[in-house]
Amino acid sequence: MVIFYRRLPKFEYIKPESQNMLFEILSDNKNCSVYAGGTDLIPKLKKRLIKPPDVLIDLKGLNELDYIKIEGGTLKIGALSTIYSVATSKIVIEKFNILSQAAKSIAAFQIQNRGTIVGNICNAVPSADSAPALLVLNAKLNIKKKDGSRKVNIDEFFIGPNKTVLDKDEIVTEVEISEVPSSFKGIYYKLSTRGKMDLATVGVAVLLGSDNGRFSDIRIGLGAVAPTPIRAKRAEELLKGEKINKELINNAARIASDESSPIDDHRASATYRKIMVETLVKRAICRLTEVG
Amino acid sequence: MEKKEIRFKINGEDTVISIKPNKTLLEMIREDLKLTGTKEACDHGECGACTVLINGVPVNSCLVLAMEAHGKEILTIEGLKQDDRLDPIQEAFIQNTGMQCGFCTPGMIMSTKALLNRNPKPNDDEIKEAIAGNLCRCTGYTKIFESIKDASSKIGGK
Ligand SMILES: Cc1cc2nc3c(=O)[nH]c(=O)nc-3n(C[C@H](O)[C@H](O)[C@H](O)COP(=O)(O)OP(=O)(O)OC[C@H]3O[C@@H](n4cnc5c(N)ncnc54)[C@H](O)[C@@H]3O)c2cc1C
Ligand code: FES
Ligand code: FES
Repeated sequence: MVIFYRRLPKFEYIKPESQNMLFEILSDNKNCSVYAGGTDLIPKLKKRLIKPPDVLIDLKGLNELDYIKIEGGTLKIGALSTIYSVATSKIVIEKFNILSQAAKSIAAFQIQNRGTIVGNICNAVPSADSAPALLVLNAKLNIKKKDGSRKVNIDEFFIGPNKTVLDKDEIVTEVEISEVPSSFKGIYYKLSTRGKMDLATVGVAVLLGSDNGRFSDIRIGLGAVAPTPIRAKRAEELLKGEKINKELINNAARIASDESSPIDDHRASATYRKIMVETLVKRAICRLTEVG
Repeated sequence: MEKKEIRFKINGEDTVISIKPNKTLLEMIREDLKLTGTKEACDHGECGACTVLINGVPVNSCLVLAMEAHGKEILTIEGLKQDDRLDPIQEAFIQNTGMQCGFCTPGMIMSTKALLNRNPKPNDDEIKEAIAGNLCRCTGYTKIFESIKDASSKIGGK
């Protein structure tokens, strides 16, 4: 019998007003869970997909983590920045356009207004729409705990479905993205039967720098086709430094597809996903290079 | 799991209430405040029936904890009418038959309210985007869309 839960399990609720207070609680080793928008966590708790925490910690008291700013060319997005604010941020649209495309592709306004980009990453599902874009942007995550901090590259952050390198007493405070040359162009394609209203069946992000008809830089990020979001590094290697041409692009797209390891689920078969990785990588690179 | 006291404004009225931490905003609105205009359907953020505005921003109240209302201004469908006059959006939905069973309607109207506050003259795509998170099983959306266009012409001018 399927039990259909609607109500939340029992927990205490705390909303720390300062990071000191937060890290004190986290270091106490209680069974607690932090959340920001709650758009992933609340449904999971309702569905009893995770063990309910004794204490739910609302990060929204830490107002200082709500920002999107540029410092010395580097983009900084605080842990409380919503998906909507990133999707519509002028700086992001102008200088890191692929990230605004990815943010725009996430769900309806009701979700975008609550959910955060950092929450999207920390939740760590393979289909997280911001992940392929953040991977090609070489984003770094600033992580803090009571007595320390560390910086982790996004390609080392995910370790499996719903798993990251975060320890229980740590939170991500910020996403950091170094300046991207203004000549670079990017595309995020989300393949989904209901546009932004469904999760990605396949997500493909491509960031391209070209110089004199050559691929000076090319980065390919894939979502929903491996246990974590990944970079298609072998496909990138094939293209880097080479003259832009159709045959090479076709080959790279095939290699990107080989690099993926999707599963069958109710959204699509693994075979279909592999075919669509090839199709979308090819389409994205052709569109960006204007090769027919 | 002790109840905690929270204070907030709902539909313009200051409210103080003691509430359990695991109650959602939707449950509090319907069960404690008896404002049953806001509907519960999927309960998982998918359908928009429970849409309310927090500080002017549309959210799914089924995914918000009641505790988070503290210090905020909440607007539900009951708060739209001014004195005894319906909001122009409500008028437009009635005049254009923008509903059949009516279950999605409060959510639709709240999403429309947020849209027209921000952008009184939205284009067709902006209207569709604004109600993308509100599912309707009955109307096929055409009449809803026409209602919103009509409301926008009343509020924002032609
Ligand atoms: C109807 C619906 C549609 C959706 N559609 C999409 C979609 O199209 N694409 C998509 O990618 N996602 C989608 N999502 C998922 C979700 O909205 C996003 O992943 C969102 O970005 C999560 O952010 P949040 O702040 O709400 O996360 P929360 O639910 O608050 O947290 C998610 C997880 O991250 C952890 N966490 C949050 N912040 C931090 C932090 N600062 N440090 C450490 N850990 C942290 C929490 O402990 C939790 O485990 C959808 C969800 C719903 C309900
Ligand atoms: S009841 Fe909240 S979105 Fe469906
Ligand atoms: S009118 Fe019945 S669900 Fe929309």
